[in-house]
Amino acid sequence: MTEKSLDITYLSRLAALRFDADETIRAQADIARIIDMIEAMQAVKTEGVEPLAHPHEAVQRLRGDQVTEDPDPGALQTGAPAAQDGFYLVPRFVE
Amino acid sequence: MPDPYLDIRELRTLLDGGQCSASELVEAHFARIEHINPRLGCYLRLHEQAARDAAADADARIAQGERSPLLGIPIAHKDIFCTKGELTTCGSKILEHWRAPYDATIVERLAQAGVVVLGKSNMDEFAMGSSNENSAYGPVANPWDESRVPGGSSGGSAAAVAAGLAAAATATDTGGSIRQPASLCGVTGIRPTYGRVSRFGMIAFASSLDQAGVIARSAYDVALMLRAMAGFDTRDSTSNERGVEDLDDLIANDGALSSANLRIGLPREYMDALKSAGYAATLDAARCELESLGMRFEDVSLPSTFAAIPAYYVLACSEASSNLSRFDGVRYGHRGEDAESLEEVYRSSRSEGFGAEVKRRILTGTYCLSYGYYDAYYKKAMRVRRVIRDEFARAFESVDVLLTPSTPGIAFKRGELAGDHIAMYQQDCFTTPAALAGQPCLSMPCGFDGGLPLGAQLIGPHFSDARLLGVAHAFQQATDHHRQRPAL
Repeated sequence: MTEKSLDITYLSRLAALRFDADETIRAQADIARIIDMIEAMQAVKTEGVEPLAHPHEAVQRLRGDQVTEDPDPGALQTGAPAAQDGFYLVPRFVE
Repeated sequence: MPDPYLDIRELRTLLDGGQCSASELVEAHFARIEHINPRLGCYLRLHEQAARDAAADADARIAQGERSPLLGIPIAHKDIFCTKGELTTCGSKILEHWRAPYDATIVERLAQAGVVVLGKSNMDEFAMGSSNENSAYGPVANPWDESRVPGGSSGGSAAAVAAGLAAAATATDTGGSIRQPASLCGVTGIRPTYGRVSRFGMIAFASSLDQAGVIARSAYDVALMLRAMAGFDTRDSTSNERGVEDLDDLIANDGALSSANLRIGLPREYMDALKSAGYAATLDAARCELESLGMRFEDVSLPSTFAAIPAYYVLACSEASSNLSRFDGVRYGHRGEDAESLEEVYRSSRSEGFGAEVKRRILTGTYCLSYGYYDAYYKKAMRVRRVIRDEFARAFESVDVLLTPSTPGIAFKRGELAGDHIAMYQQDCFTTPAALAGQPCLSMPCGFDGGLPLGAQLIGPHFSDARLLGVAHAFQQATDHHRQRPAL
């Protein structure tokens, strides 16, 4: 891994983060070191090994298609930075 | 004032015998917290009125003859668990003013068991850290040496128990966040089998790895707490349907194992990687002690252990980059100022609200999941995860439990690794393998090096939580490492 192959500007856009010029330089070096460290796992032979997503290989448990709770939107919205009449407020993005 | 280092069983005797009330216990703890917490930073905030009300209720129930193991016992909740109507920050500025609209399942269950919650404990932001230096609300100091870290991410929980500021504390472990701080603070902490304790209401970091657990002064106390927390929960889709009869049996049996003739494996890759001669000697003494209790030892091999840290960081960061996308400045938490577009709301809220380590891990995860790198990193790490899990399964064909070091050494100095995140990640080299494989594992005090505590890690097959606690209890019946206390 070289730092040049890391596009922090692109990644930060994907991650919805923002870095100034100095932070971008630091992030470039930091992430490159992490990726270098991660490379060590390539030494494990994994041909024919199925990926493991869950330690018990459990599958998603489904429940019946019926209402089990009575959510209170008002209570859930008390922590919102801006809410009105049950809606979350954001800057206008459709003209 | 009762001795602040009494364990839960000893407190139970005092409470049920009328020598001390739950209300007196709470006041004694608050007085000690007021005196010591400013130096240690274990608690982010106290729930003073709620604790006093819960203690009064416990006293009334005890007076009416109710007998229950945790009734009136003062504990702390890690600030990752939602507590209804109370601030729940997860150590992050992005949730600085957020009050949870519901209780986490474990908060609810422990309340039903009658505990008294003193307050919320400090932690690394979003449980990302091994030193508790990543909290947006200040670091935690190690009660054994305030110039050193308590470990992380459950550093506040471990330090609070070690400092006599709570009888027990809830905690979480994604890659070592219960065992590493328990080891560095000289207390006992369990990461239960994945799925054993509900994750509902526990703020997610990496969902396939996150597991709630307990830190307390003894294995028996851990068992009492875990019994109240564990069990199936329909609100967590990864909760396991298995019951808690094994924990019931252990507690009914007074913590004693049904069989002392266990086979204990020593993974040679762990012992080879341990560079501290003092630590190796301490572990060897623990081995001798367990042998004298009837346990037999043999060497085992877990050859892919070296790949656990790399695979863990791919998977944990990838899952974090997805989980933490919910913090967008719209539905809850901090919103960035002066954002003129929706995208700017997202980017400014997250950039202002998240700390440096959280951003580093989100970027790493975003990279590993991005087009062109998914197979090379994320999928590869999932394959390595299976290899590691299968190696554990093979080892458990010949042994019942594994004994390893919990950490590379004693607690390091505050600031010592703050500028070297790779060295910080390596602190979890002995704890990440079992986390990837979903094994139950615990850390118990096994000795001291230069006056600082060291932990021994026990790892078991899936759902052998009670067996691990039984081994630790047997060890603690024969030794007094867990009874030592820091000079505060």
